Amino acid sequence: MDPSFLAVQALSGFASASSLFITACGLTLVFGVTRIVNFAHGSLYMIGAYTGATLVPRLLEWSYGPVPFWAGILASAVIVGLIGILIEVLLLRRIYGAPELFQLLATFGVVLVVQDLVVHVFGPQDILGPRAPGLRAPVEILGRRFPSYELVLIAAGPVVLGLVWLLLRKTRFGVLVRAATQDREMVSALGVNQALLFTGTLFLGAFLAGLGGALQVPRVAANTGMDLSVIAECFVVTVVGGMGSVPGAFLAALVIGQLQAFGILIFPKSTLVVVFLLMAAVLVVRPYGFFGRPEIIGGGHAVGIVSRAPSRATLPLTVALMILLAALPLVADAYLLKVAIEILVFGLFAFSLQLLIGVGGLVSFGHAAFFGLGAYGAALAVKWFGAPMEAALPLGLVLAALGAALIGAFVVRLSGIYLAMLTLAAAQILYAVAFQWVDVTGGDNGIVGVWPSPWANERTVYYLVTLVLTAGAALALMRIIDAPFGYSLRAMRDSEARAEAIGLHIRRHRWLAFTLAGAAAGLTGGLYAFSRGSVDPTLLGIPTSVDALTMLLLGGIQTITGPLVGAGVLHALRDQIMPLTDYWRLLLGLAIIAMVLIFPRGLVGTVQHWREVRA
Amino acid sequence: MAKASMFRWLTLGLVLGLSAPLAAPGALAQQPPIKIGESNSYARQAAFTVPYRNGWQLALDEINAKGGVLGRKLEVVSREDGATTGDATRVAEELVSREGVTLLFGSFLSNVGVAMADFANQKKIVYIAAEPLTDAITMAQGNRYTFRVRPNNTMQVGMLMEQAKASGAKRWAIVAPNYEFGQSAAGAFKRLLKEQIPDAEIVAEQYPALGKIEAGPTVSALDQAKPDGIFNVLFGPDLIQFVREGNTRGLFEDKTVLSLLTGEPEWLLPLKDEVPEGWIVTGYPWDEITDPKHKAFIEAYRTKFNETPRLGSLLGYTVMHMIRDTIERAGSTDTDALIKALENARFDTVAGPVTMRGIDHQSSMGAWVGKLKQKGATGGMTDWSYKDGTAYMPSEADVKAVRKE
Repeated sequence: MDPSFLAVQALSGFASASSLFITACGLTLVFGVTRIVNFAHGSLYMIGAYTGATLVPRLLEWSYGPVPFWAGILASAVIVGLIGILIEVLLLRRIYGAPELFQLLATFGVVLVVQDLVVHVFGPQDILGPRAPGLRAPVEILGRRFPSYELVLIAAGPVVLGLVWLLLRKTRFGVLVRAATQDREMVSALGVNQALLFTGTLFLGAFLAGLGGALQVPRVAANTGMDLSVIAECFVVTVVGGMGSVPGAFLAALVIGQLQAFGILIFPKSTLVVVFLLMAAVLVVRPYGFFGRPEIIGGGHAVGIVSRAPSRATLPLTVALMILLAALPLVADAYLLKVAIEILVFGLFAFSLQLLIGVGGLVSFGHAAFFGLGAYGAALAVKWFGAPMEAALPLGLVLAALGAALIGAFVVRLSGIYLAMLTLAAAQILYAVAFQWVDVTGGDNGIVGVWPSPWANERTVYYLVTLVLTAGAALALMRIIDAPFGYSLRAMRDSEARAEAIGLHIRRHRWLAFTLAGAAAGLTGGLYAFSRGSVDPTLLGIPTSVDALTMLLLGGIQTITGPLVGAGVLHALRDQIMPLTDYWRLLLGLAIIAMVLIFPRGLVGTVQHWREVRA
Repeated sequence: MAKASMFRWLTLGLVLGLSAPLAAPGALAQQPPIKIGESNSYARQAAFTVPYRNGWQLALDEINAKGGVLGRKLEVVSREDGATTGDATRVAEELVSREGVTLLFGSFLSNVGVAMADFANQKKIVYIAAEPLTDAITMAQGNRYTFRVRPNNTMQVGMLMEQAKASGAKRWAIVAPNYEFGQSAAGAFKRLLKEQIPDAEIVAEQYPALGKIEAGPTVSALDQAKPDGIFNVLFGPDLIQFVREGNTRGLFEDKTVLSLLTGEPEWLLPLKDEVPEGWIVTGYPWDEITDPKHKAFIEAYRTKFNETPRLGSLLGYTVMHMIRDTIERAGSTDTDALIKALENARFDTVAGPVTMRGIDHQSSMGAWVGKLKQKGATGGMTDWSYKDGTAYMPSEADVKAVRKE
């Protein structure tokens, strides 16, 4: 291949790496100090891009030249920095001590809120900003033209790295940031004004996100999907580089930029997969990234169900509920039955996650992986082997269980936030495979024509099939939770060291829990696919994982039946409210934030709490 | 359900029978409106779909001002389809089983269109795909209940192919979004190129994910192959980035570029002053149209919405009127009657006469083909002509070979 082409391609890679680093650097700084993985970082990047694309043209109209252009970029970054302060003061400050799960969910709530607000403020259209004055003409590099703006971007990365380095090494603020990254409690014990330090860090992080977004103005149209796509890449960069490490982020961004630039030549259709595979590979060899440190496992962070004596009333209550549910088709119309099917499916989906989070203390942020594997397993069996529903459903379940066993084998080596990130990465890899392996999965098109066998095609029959399968699986899981296996998992959740000391094999137990939860989620995925006749990559997406977490949170993480109730309430609400409003995501996001802040026990948990208080 | 509706009819009959002597003229107006279900990607693909919604609303107002159809008003229940197949079939289900709509129309993305066609077939309800262009909707995935209004990929590529022949370019590169629409268009291009210019070859292909193009690497990878012709299927934000990067790096200089849809104002206006002049495109030169009926539509649209029409506006307007005509000719809202009224039916639209071919449910609506040109601050089309779709439709033998019925 001719060298000038390789050079130009490498330069493109450096430009992408630079922009990626500027954004990811903010994320890693914020994580280092606050120990919060800020999902909303991608939203800040998006706000930066939108603000830049709106503000810069106004400034250029007023006076055309490089100065207004760069002033506009900087102003956009500052505005985003101020929004970062707002988020810190209103939300993050209140959840520094909360379990990781709540932190992740709350910042994801911000993501949802921002998505709707951006559409409302800037309109639904993608906005392409103006080109940089003075940088319109390309430069010749080895006889090939190369955009001069990209050269500026290439320089911007190292400049930001240098400035951040100076800030961290040469200023008191920097010393405190480094100290807090090393040992947050010690910093507070020494009387440092933590509020100011954290707010300052958030400003810096948000400023960098905004800068990263605003710098994209001349080359990428600001669009509503950029938040989740950039946050996924930033997660990869920070995890590969080592969380909290700025040089690590720089190195990781360089590797990923080049991987994308040359990956497009070798695998034109699988750039997403390549990036996430790199992350998985690095985590297997170096579980804490290039420059990360093993995380000190903080005690008391696990929330979950408490041990309890099985009540005598459980059996009659369960039987009564089953009879009621089985009688539903007598009164419900076709649409209500469809909603009921979905509630059952999501109920079991959230319940299978409860086995991991509530019982095992394993905060999985990628449970959609197994839901999607089940759905795709079933759909692929239909598409490629012409399998009937009776065969496709078990195949989906087996595929999800195998996937969970494989992912679980890697995941159980980690804990806390790294575990959450690796599960997220696993789900994203599967998402990327489903999205880009078009020949097999149909890519964006998904797979259509996944309908039940003729005998079950009638809505009532399919409802009853779903009821039997989901209720059966849920009861089996409940039995497992109350069995010695469930007690062992709880013991490990509450004290890993003691559980190990009495001879429990921690990794094996957790791996089994992962496989079981994956299999149950796979069953729900298959049932869901047949209920709507198609599958598509969104089933594997981050929002699906968050759905399950929200249901868990709404119902109550510390209760057994919470996820089931949460699924019912959330899905019923969604079904009623979504057609009426353009602000469903805003409402959902605010609800998630409100639940984390003022209602962390959830519905069932609150009811139980009242009963206990009264008793 | 059957019982309930029979009860409803009996009640209606009773009420009508009793009230007829008292208020015969007013009785018909009291009938409930005919509900039509509509769903589209109003959030994600606003550039096309919002003007499209304006278009069908304009038509709907006209229709209802003239008394509706079959003595009943038309009511459109419109929903956001989330631009994903799953969400689209979910809202379709809601429209059918909760709202009880007579038929469905809409959709933008081709993959969503395919899922909707499958849904329509399963639920036995008429679905009129307005915009999705993939061949599959009327070919391999086609079914008795699905109809499509716009010229499909094979037809539009066929119109451009004549220009490809004239250009003499032999080394072709393809760039297309990696989902149903892009894949189908690239497939049609390769097939027609082989048939019509047998000695031409494909030297490069790039399939960026929809909405996620890495413009720099994509452009330089195409440039590397040194093509003398480029076939582009990108649209929306992908297109803007591709054009900007291609202009900067001189990718389009001295090359024949064929581009689907780029002459449509929805994709052309955002390019502002960076219109790649000389691209041969399909589009909508609304500013140069002289046909009085068409001009009347453009004027009405501009008055009502205070903006210039997009192709989506024309399409929404046309589809709504076609639906009205269909219901009137069917004489009822029964699905079988609607299908009968649609098959081989001729419609008078503002764009000209259109026939809905019975064998594949593909309409013969055409497209405008011309060259891009900078006109002041924005782009427009020049040297254009309207090509009726009839001559470019897939042959009946091809249709029979792939349709599964």
